[in-house]
Parts: sequence; structure tokens; C-alpha cells
Amino acid sequence: MDSRLIEVGHPETRSSIRVYEGGDGPELLFLHGAGGLFPDDPFLESLTNQYHVYAPLLPGFEDSEGGDHLRGMLDFTLHAFDVFDALSLRQPLVVGHSMGGMIAAEMAAIAPTEIQRLALLAPAGLWKDEHPIEDLFSKLPFELPALLLHDPETNGALLSSGGNFNDPEFLSDFLVGNARRLGMAGKLLFPVPDRGLRDRLYRIKAHTAVIWGRSDRLIPPVYGDDFVNEIPTATLYKIEEAGHMLQYEQTEAVIKILATLHN
Amino acid sequence: MKFTWFNLMPWPYLPEDFREKYRSVWVDIPSSLYDPVRGHELYNVYLDELEYAEECGFDGIGVNEHHANGYGLMPSPNLMAAALARRTSKSALVVLGNSIALYNPPLRVAEEFAMLDVISGGRLLAGFPVGTSMDTNYCYGQIPALTREKYREAHELIKRAWQEDEPFTFNGRYTQLRYANCWPKPIQSPPPIFIPGGGSLETYDFCLENDYVYCYLSFTGYRRAKQLMDGYWERVEEYGKDNSPYRAGFAQTIIVAETDEEAEKEYREHIDYFYNRCLHVYPGFADAPGYRTIKTLKANVTSQMTEQAFGNVSSMSWRQLIDDGYIIAGSPDTVANQMKELVTSLRVGNIFCLIHVGNMPQDKCMRSTKLFADEVIPQLRDMWPEYKDDNRFWISPIDHANRAAAAAIGG
Repeated sequence: MDSRLIEVGHPETRSSIRVYEGGDGPELLFLHGAGGLFPDDPFLESLTNQYHVYAPLLPGFEDSEGGDHLRGMLDFTLHAFDVFDALSLRQPLVVGHSMGGMIAAEMAAIAPTEIQRLALLAPAGLWKDEHPIEDLFSKLPFELPALLLHDPETNGALLSSGGNFNDPEFLSDFLVGNARRLGMAGKLLFPVPDRGLRDRLYRIKAHTAVIWGRSDRLIPPVYGDDFVNEIPTATLYKIEEAGHMLQYEQTEAVIKILATLHN
Repeated sequence: MKFTWFNLMPWPYLPEDFREKYRSVWVDIPSSLYDPVRGHELYNVYLDELEYAEECGFDGIGVNEHHANGYGLMPSPNLMAAALARRTSKSALVVLGNSIALYNPPLRVAEEFAMLDVISGGRLLAGFPVGTSMDTNYCYGQIPALTREKYREAHELIKRAWQEDEPFTFNGRYTQLRYANCWPKPIQSPPPIFIPGGGSLETYDFCLENDYVYCYLSFTGYRRAKQLMDGYWERVEEYGKDNSPYRAGFAQTIIVAETDEEAEKEYREHIDYFYNRCLHVYPGFADAPGYRTIKTLKANVTSQMTEQAFGNVSSMSWRQLIDDGYIIAGSPDTVANQMKELVTSLRVGNIFCLIHVGNMPQDKCMRSTKLFADEVIPQLRDMWPEYKDDNRFWISPIDHANRAAAAAIGG
């Protein structure tokens, strides 16, 4: 996929945003989760076979910068629309994963006529006392594979991207990168990943797929039921042998479900 | 030199297998480990010790703020300072401090600090920490990447609330007050302000922009602090400020006994208790992502609160603990010599003396306190003769003749 930097936002607080783009087909806007994208992101690469994919990175992720003015939910949602406008998107399929799903749902609730097709992959944004979501922010790097993956043994290499935590330089870069990414994500997810989305989901009119991995140990699949109960136009899909990173563990199954949104 | 006797107020009854059974002394330590009836006695003993420190001649007595913390039992240091204000008359009340981003509205800090200053006759020395990530983010739920912005705004409000003589409107991002109006006002205008820092570069600058005292509160001792304090003094020079040692403070664990041998024999167990049990902090709580700025992270200042920093203390010999500077311990002369090295190498005029350590009983604590006051302080008192009249960074109480005293009613 190609990528470029675009400038968006208020003239005095502009953000410089890295956008990955590639593929042919209907437009698809992908909003990433708190971990960002992987190098040569395998899910996005697969999507490019059927879609013209746009994947912007929030400030704090890779070399996207300028997020000081993004403090709360409305800021993030309007920022996503700034990117949407800058890319001149026309009725794209909006796909959001985890934190990106939370933002995508907010976009669809705020502008129900602009977002007509929506896929929420294990979205954040709701909270149930009886099913608490793990505290992502206090986890140590070695704890993440078991939390995020159905099969940490086989798929764990994905998360470390081949780096070695015993190498001080890699570790230092990792810590800085992690602080940038999760520092930004914390504005929406810390200390409890709930910014009132439940009150607004009823506004969504988009044809919506809510997709969950049955082995999601970060946000339990029971949250999927809440999303479809609140969004009148949503269908819930639970996928076997997939954890929170469902689109990487069961790429084909997720892409198949996306296809149903075009009918 | 100014010496403040500081009590962290640790819980001294953590079980022996605490490290094995619990992942952290802070944030998620179960409160079933706390016994309020024993706590009743403990608070009173700790307050007695602070009062005793004044009696011994310490310049200040110090308290601080921690939350859900097994080694720091003061969620509200202002309550402790209020108790001390009535029972003491000379020492500075060093409240180090109130984590101002946590108070809603932060005007509360301006008010409570003003009350303390007024009750004590102008003896308040105020601290404005950003607060550790454990306290501020994990215990009190502040969003890490917004904590510093909120802190700065709170500081602006408090500073202005003390300055203005008329109500004013404060339109902040985190606090909006149509009628910001601080009653009472502090006696000192303003009280001297100390900023505890853990190596954030922004904190150096903040202190220098406001002429606040930069305090490094570390448990790893003075030898490991050299690089960080050198960084501060370089920044002082870059700002073109004078290099008065009273611009800086340092906390140090100190044990004084009649002899070097007695220090080890009598106090080793309490040092072990502190480093092994009290500082057993889950590394995942040390540094919420976004709490430190990227600039600071890139400068490679990592959190002090990691297992690596303290994990091996129990296996270290007494000699090694002293040689590495974790503790300053021994006879009065031994301690005085190490203290001189600390004071000159870090260039500090303010020392926060951590003399009560871990589960130290009162009698031992008082002996060590008395020896430090009688036999160590006199050897250090005049270490910065060229700055002996520099009172910019210390309290200015009202004349003794004008002071109210606690009445002996029912006493």
C-alpha cells in the first residue's frame, strides 16, 4: 500500500496525518485500534483485493503528529470527519476496530445520513459492571498476546513485530512508541472506556455489522449483544477461533461479513 | 541548611510474604490488610514523632499525599498538617504536597493551604506535585496525557486566587468559576512553593519560570541522583538564574546510632521492610502511557518505581547499601560525612530527612531523630555560608508575639 501525509484541522492546531491507501473497489475507511497498524498490515493488504482502502493514523501513531488539541470524544470524532473530508470520501464503508470502532460508531451517531455502511470490529465504548473490560494501560508487554489473541502461541509474533525486548534500543523505541499510542488512546479509553456512547447509539441509521471474536478476552463478546440491542440496524456476528484481534486471526471470515453490507 | 523531618507514614504490619502474595503495595493492595484500630494508634504515634522532630530542632516537619498506598497513609496531608499546626509553633509545616490536578475545583487547595498558613501563623510551606502515575492516573482516574495540562491550569488558578483581592472569573478548560474568590487568604504572599519532581524536564522549567524549589524525592539515594540534579543545575544556568542551593531539595533515608555497628544491628530490619515490602510496586502501575511527555521519555529518564531499582536491596550488604547511597547510616560523624558529600555533590540546601523507615518502632525512631538533630545538624548547618541570608525559599511566619497558641483547655 502507498502512504502519504495529509494536513487536517483548524489552521492553528493542524494535525499531520499518515494515511495508507491502496486497492480497487468500493471505498473503505479503516479506523485502527489502540495498538495502531502493523507493518505491511496483513488485514489491510487483504482488504485491498476488494476495496479501495484508506487507513489514516491518529496523531501519536507512527509519524502522525499534532494531537494536543484532541482531548475528548467529540474532538476525536470531528477529527475523523476532517480526515474523511480531506480524502474526499463518498459514502465509504466505515470499518473500525476496538477504539476505532468506538470512533466509527460516534461518527455514525453524529452524522447518520453520511455514514450508511458501518462495520464495528470488537468496538470499545460501552461498559458493563458485570463484565469489566481489562485495564489495557497497566498491562506489561509480555501479557498482551494472551489478552488480545485467541491463539497466542501461533499468532503472538504479530504483536512483537519481530523485535527483541532485550535490545535496549528496541526497548526504548518501543516504550516511546507505546507511550505515544496509548497516551493518545487513553484520552478515550482511560480509566474506563466509556464516554457515553450508549446514549447515542440509537441515532445510527447505517447498515451495520457488529463482529466479535468468541475468544475476545479484552472486551468480552457479550458487549456485542449490547451494541446490536442499541443500534436498530445492526446484525451481530461472532467468529470462532478469534480473539480481540479478530481481523488478523480470521481475516477471511471478517471480510466475508463486510461483503454482506453491500447487499 | 534547612532540615525537614519527613514521615511517609507506612503501614508497618504488611505480612512477611507480602511480595509473594500481592502484586503491589500501591493501587490494588487490598484494604483488608489495613486494620483501623491499629491505625488509630499508628496515626497518633506518627503525629507524636513529627511533633518530637520540632522539639528536637528540625526546621520543618513534612507530610505528603498518596492514595491506596501501603507505605503512605496520608490521602489527605492537609488533615495531618492541621493537626500539627495546633501542636507546634516553630517548624515549617511542609506539605509536599497537594496533587493539584486532583482537586475539583483546585480552588480547594488555595483555600485549604490558606487555612493552614493562617492557623499556623505563616508556617506553611506548600508543595504542588503533579503526583505519581500510581496516585494521579491509576488511583484517581486522571487521563495520563491530559494530567500535565490540567495541572498547569490548576496552578494558574491557585496562584491567581492567592494574588487577587477581588473575585474574578476563571474560564479554564478543566475548571470554570464565575466567582473565584479565596477566603481566607494566606499570611505569606504566597507561601514558599516546593515542587517534587522525578526527572521530568518540564518540571525543571516550571520551577525556574516561577522561582519554585525543585525537590527530588527518590528512594534510591543521593549517589544515583547526581545525574538528574546536575541536569537541573545546568537548566538553572541556562535560565540565567542564581545557583542558590536553596533552589533545590533532596530526600534521603538516614539512620543515626551511637556507632556504625549499632546502626546496622538495630535498623537493618526496618530498611529491609521498607525496600522489600513497601516499595513492592507492580511495574504496570509505574508509568501510565502518556503520563510522561515524549521529550522526557526520549531523554531516557525512566520511572524510579520499578522492581529493578529496588528488587535486590534485600540481598545487598549494609556496606553496599551505604556505598550505593541508598541509605546514609552510622554514627553521627559517619552520617555527617556522608551528608556533606550529598549536600555538596547535589548542591542542595533543603534536606527531607527520611528517618522513620518502614516498620521502625517509635523508640528507635526517636533515638535516631535526636542524634541527627543534636550531633549531625550542627556539623552541616552552615554549609552554604554565602547563601546564609537567602530566605527567599523558606517560610516567613508572623512575629512570635502576635501568635495565638493552642489554649490548654481541659489539657
